[in-house]
Amino acid sequence: MPSPMTMTEKILARASGKDAVAPGENVWVNVDVLMTHDVCGPGTIGVFKKHFGGDGAKVWDKEKVVVIPDHYIFTKDAMANRNVDVLRAFVKEQDLKYYYDVGTADYKGVCHIALPEEGHTRPGEVLLGTDSHTCTAGAFGEFATGIGNTDAGFVMGTGKLWLKTPPTMRFVFHGDLPPYLMAKDLILSVIGDIGVDGATYRAMEFDGDGVTALNIEERMTLCNMAIEAGGKNGIIAPDQITFDYVNKRNAGQKPYQAVYTDPGATFIHEKVYDVRTLEPVIAKPHSPDNRAFVSEVKGTKLDRAYIGSCTGGKLTDFRAAAELLQGKEVKIDTFVVPATTEVARGLDTERIGGKSLREIFLNAGAKIGDASCAACLGGPSDTFGRLNTPISCISTTNRNFPGRMGHKEAKVFLASPLTVAASALSGSIADCRDLLI
Amino acid sequence: MQRRIEGKAYVLGDNVDTDQIIPAQYLTYNPSIPAEYKMFGKYALSGVPDDAAGLPKGHVSFHGPDDDFVSPYRIIIGGKNFGCGSSREHAPIALAAAGIVAVVAEFYARIFFRNSVNGGYLIPVESKTRLADQVCTGDDLVIDLTANTLTNKTTGDVWELHPLGEIAPILEAGGLFPYAQSVGMLAK
Repeated sequence: MPSPMTMTEKILARASGKDAVAPGENVWVNVDVLMTHDVCGPGTIGVFKKHFGGDGAKVWDKEKVVVIPDHYIFTKDAMANRNVDVLRAFVKEQDLKYYYDVGTADYKGVCHIALPEEGHTRPGEVLLGTDSHTCTAGAFGEFATGIGNTDAGFVMGTGKLWLKTPPTMRFVFHGDLPPYLMAKDLILSVIGDIGVDGATYRAMEFDGDGVTALNIEERMTLCNMAIEAGGKNGIIAPDQITFDYVNKRNAGQKPYQAVYTDPGATFIHEKVYDVRTLEPVIAKPHSPDNRAFVSEVKGTKLDRAYIGSCTGGKLTDFRAAAELLQGKEVKIDTFVVPATTEVARGLDTERIGGKSLREIFLNAGAKIGDASCAACLGGPSDTFGRLNTPISCISTTNRNFPGRMGHKEAKVFLASPLTVAASALSGSIADCRDLLI
Repeated sequence: MQRRIEGKAYVLGDNVDTDQIIPAQYLTYNPSIPAEYKMFGKYALSGVPDDAAGLPKGHVSFHGPDDDFVSPYRIIIGGKNFGCGSSREHAPIALAAAGIVAVVAEFYARIFFRNSVNGGYLIPVESKTRLADQVCTGDDLVIDLTANTLTNKTTGDVWELHPLGEIAPILEAGGLFPYAQSVGMLAK
């Protein structure tokens, strides 16, 4: 019998054909899904062709490479549009099965939300993607992490990659989440506690009844920001909520095997939170670990509010924001960007008090953009919501490093959709509890 | 891989993230195309706030007056968590395109470290002590990867470096592809 292992260790052991792996051990793993997008895809394709026979190169499995343009989509930038053309030509040449092309009914938007929606996330699998927020998919009980172009080019040709087995940190949340808190408050609290380097080279496992009570989108928010603590992956044990979501969407109805952390597995760090004692938090400029309680910074003047991205642009996020915005008007420029086209459709079908979420946002004076990464990472200067001047913005996105959303002197505050919506209504940082309680 | 690296230092602080190393608007260039690869050198470190650019004083341009693409500096000294943030391989590419041969920091964010090594772009060396407060931008440095020392020729100081350890064979081979060939994971 091997020693007890964590979920992350068990997945890497299975993927490398071993009975057991230990933290620190380098293993060659078989990859289940490789995802790339318009920003890193062209470079990855370049690496792949250079090393696997030029124009004659063939991907290792045309049903395991998923290509999702999402970053720079609604822009006049010729180079950005050229990059989508590169993806399109490659998909055609390689006859890839899963491609979500811009300007077609297949277009999705942000890859980390598109992957589960289109059935590419399954418990127990290894998902690698050319984007640091690939860790989002750990919400489905799989090992998911971001890699660069060279690694991705290697995977494209071989289906394999060497990975170092990370030790696991465990974060346990107990109690029913109060109505004024969201998964974003939980993960910002964790990052505030351990710092932006607190989980470097480590897995972050989230557990406890406070986590199992979360819906799948909120679990994705938790795992999404593991990278903001330096984590290699975030992971949550799969349960019926996971299986219900995955089984309904599983692309190709691929069989999968869920794995669970063994009793007695070793954690390098363990921290228990009682969610009932937590408060709404915010990450001040210019780092995701620059945490403050909202109550400490209440009243700080803002110029803009932004609700969107893989971490803050899902239907759960918009439902929460709309609860506060319904029947009211925002005091500052407020940008709403659904992560995917499915979420965008949800803005029309989801209703609160007889009005669709879209109507609520528009009536409140918000601007609604098309599904994509948009201003979360700045991008070309004509990107919807981009901070082109040194203004202050409160945002549901995941990073606030200098220049992240555009201008390098702009100030970005990260917070939950509830806190962002409350702040949009007051024009300064506001405590959502004042509106909810 | 060069075992002795000589050159001028450019000093940065903690948590230098990949948006500072190469801002997102320049990710439209394709690093696999040589003419576009050059552009990464031009915009390398253009996202660093002015007061943190070239410590201890700041406000030091990474590029000299005569060359827009290649910097006069060869070695970056960083603090903790160098290269955190996004997975963009454009970050080590940008530093390499600008002429950086090695970075010496207390420790690295995981993906930047992997990309630097697997792409064979630059050598990410770990210092045993914090150097970001001891080295000044413009100091003449020598990294000796056999003795695992960093010598500051300007001040005479010598510091120990952590050995490269398990990444040494990958860097020696020239990156992931030649390394995988050398260990039989990839056909030659």
